[in-house]
Amino acid sequence: MDMNALRNFMDKIKPYFEKGGKLEKLHSVYDGFETFLFVPTTTAPKYGSHIHDPVDTKRTMSTVIVALVPALLFGMYNVGYQHYLAIGQDVNFWTEFLFGFLAVLPYIVVSYAVGLGIEFIGAQIKGEEIQEGFLVTGFLIPLIIPINTPLWMVAVATAFAVIFAKEVFGGTGMNIFNVALVARAFLFFGYPTHMSGDSVWIRTGTALGFGGGNVVDAFSGATPLGQIATASTSVPHITDTFGHSLGFWDGFVGLIPGSVGETSIIAIMLGAFVLLITEVASWKTMLSVFFGGALMGIVFNLFGPDTAAAHFPWYNHLVFGGFAFGAVFMATDPVTSARTEKGKWIYGLLIGCLAIIIRVLNPGYAEGMMLAILLMNIFAPLIDFYVVDANVKKRISRAQKSIQ
Amino acid sequence: MSTLLSKKSRQVLLGPLSKNNPITIQVLGICSALAVTAKLEPALVMGISVTIIVAFSNIIVSLVRNTIPNRIRIIVQLVVVAALVTIVSEILKAFAYDVSVQLSVYVGLIITNCILMGRLEAFAMSNSPWESFLDGLGNGFGYAIILIIVSFFRELFGSGTLLGYNIIPQSFFNVGYMNNGLMMMPPMALILVACIIWVHRAKNKELQEK
Repeated sequence: MDMNALRNFMDKIKPYFEKGGKLEKLHSVYDGFETFLFVPTTTAPKYGSHIHDPVDTKRTMSTVIVALVPALLFGMYNVGYQHYLAIGQDVNFWTEFLFGFLAVLPYIVVSYAVGLGIEFIGAQIKGEEIQEGFLVTGFLIPLIIPINTPLWMVAVATAFAVIFAKEVFGGTGMNIFNVALVARAFLFFGYPTHMSGDSVWIRTGTALGFGGGNVVDAFSGATPLGQIATASTSVPHITDTFGHSLGFWDGFVGLIPGSVGETSIIAIMLGAFVLLITEVASWKTMLSVFFGGALMGIVFNLFGPDTAAAHFPWYNHLVFGGFAFGAVFMATDPVTSARTEKGKWIYGLLIGCLAIIIRVLNPGYAEGMMLAILLMNIFAPLIDFYVVDANVKKRISRAQKSIQ
Repeated sequence: MSTLLSKKSRQVLLGPLSKNNPITIQVLGICSALAVTAKLEPALVMGISVTIIVAFSNIIVSLVRNTIPNRIRIIVQLVVVAALVTIVSEILKAFAYDVSVQLSVYVGLIITNCILMGRLEAFAMSNSPWESFLDGLGNGFGYAIILIIVSFFRELFGSGTLLGYNIIPQSFFNVGYMNNGLMMMPPMALILVACIIWVHRAKNKELQEK
């Protein structure tokens, strides 16, 4: 079906959804789909201020989705790769990918069904247009959870996050916290045994009846950061699931256990590239998160306590765990991050520093990125306030000098 | 009967249960609402204790209200409340030791519960003992109701029990159901109180602020 056929179809069914039509009540649903597929044809009136740009919120959201695709595809492959590694079967690339696809697909379906369901119901009750904000959130949630999370937990967490982190604040664009991270935090604190430890990161059972087998001996499913947090010595030695040493480049490629989309820096860099050339995400925020993380990592390497986490090389901190994923896709969320240019530097820098501080100093939390971003979400408006305030004061004093 | 509870008295007694609730409308006593509501039993005991203490301190202060010099009235009120709190605390230790251990410092801290000082200052200092008693009962019940609702949900979804009895059947756990650890943390009490306020104001439109 080409675009014209789709356009004709949408035009044909349009009367049903207009006032007086049979499906009048579902008007906002129709409108939501139409504007998702096509740039609205309405043009600005002859008076008032005009914005000459067809890049509306839905186009921005679609760009983020495109940017997330590499991480999703790699995540699917890695889920299958880790599965067949764990059960000791040698299979080809497509079998591995198919397993991962079947394992990840239910999470995407559940996340979108629950989230969009709540948005649709909310929009119908309030008689408003459907807000597009959940498009990205629904895509992010499956990427930031372990592959063994029960589906009902994902459904509950998604519902909680959409209602309490977004709708009560006034919907898309009004939320204080990153909605996907709130869903993850809900899972993390609500069901800790399913969100951390050695047995949640690799699917050893079947995916929709596909795959499955007995786990081979000498297998351990701990993530690199998990190993660091529970290390019995102060040597930061990390291994893969069969005890082979891991280094920087293993983290960079990403064939290691972890949340679905977070492991591969290459895939995340592809996403970052898309976000930066389309100017959807701020390069200042992204860069300063990495800078803050590196800075704090170096400080701990040089002056930190005598623990494995503090001795973990600073460059490894940046490629293992959810650091890079958080820096590229979460910290840059235009709604919850700082909006002033100077503020973006401060905001990103503090996220990077805090994430590493939590990782190193709190062995209870092997990964600090989620908590660091959620914490800085609260402070983003304060940072902006003082940046603006400082600018106002500077200009006032300059004005006073010019009068004298 | 009609003389026992006049229209005003009924208003004094029943108002705090809903439209003038100390927690959801006046937003007082939140600290203990967060601290003791992880389980239903301590919440019940806390609710009863606060009700008794507010009611009787209201009576006592109302009786002596005309003899208290204005400048030291807070101290006098505190002495009355502290005496009652100590009595309740000792009774709990004697007859319900387990619960008193669970409530720990929060029984003693009833002294600083904002609801108490609020009722003494706002009501008992300027009303008759009978009405002050009803006001104390009403506010105590209003506080207790919210604690019971919050602790009901926290214990049910956080521990799968109510008053210590298993409510969620084992078969649920066998198919993968899990208690929610977040329910056992104080932030969830705050979110539940917020939900009660949400429902309450959605039903009573006149309570909504502009």
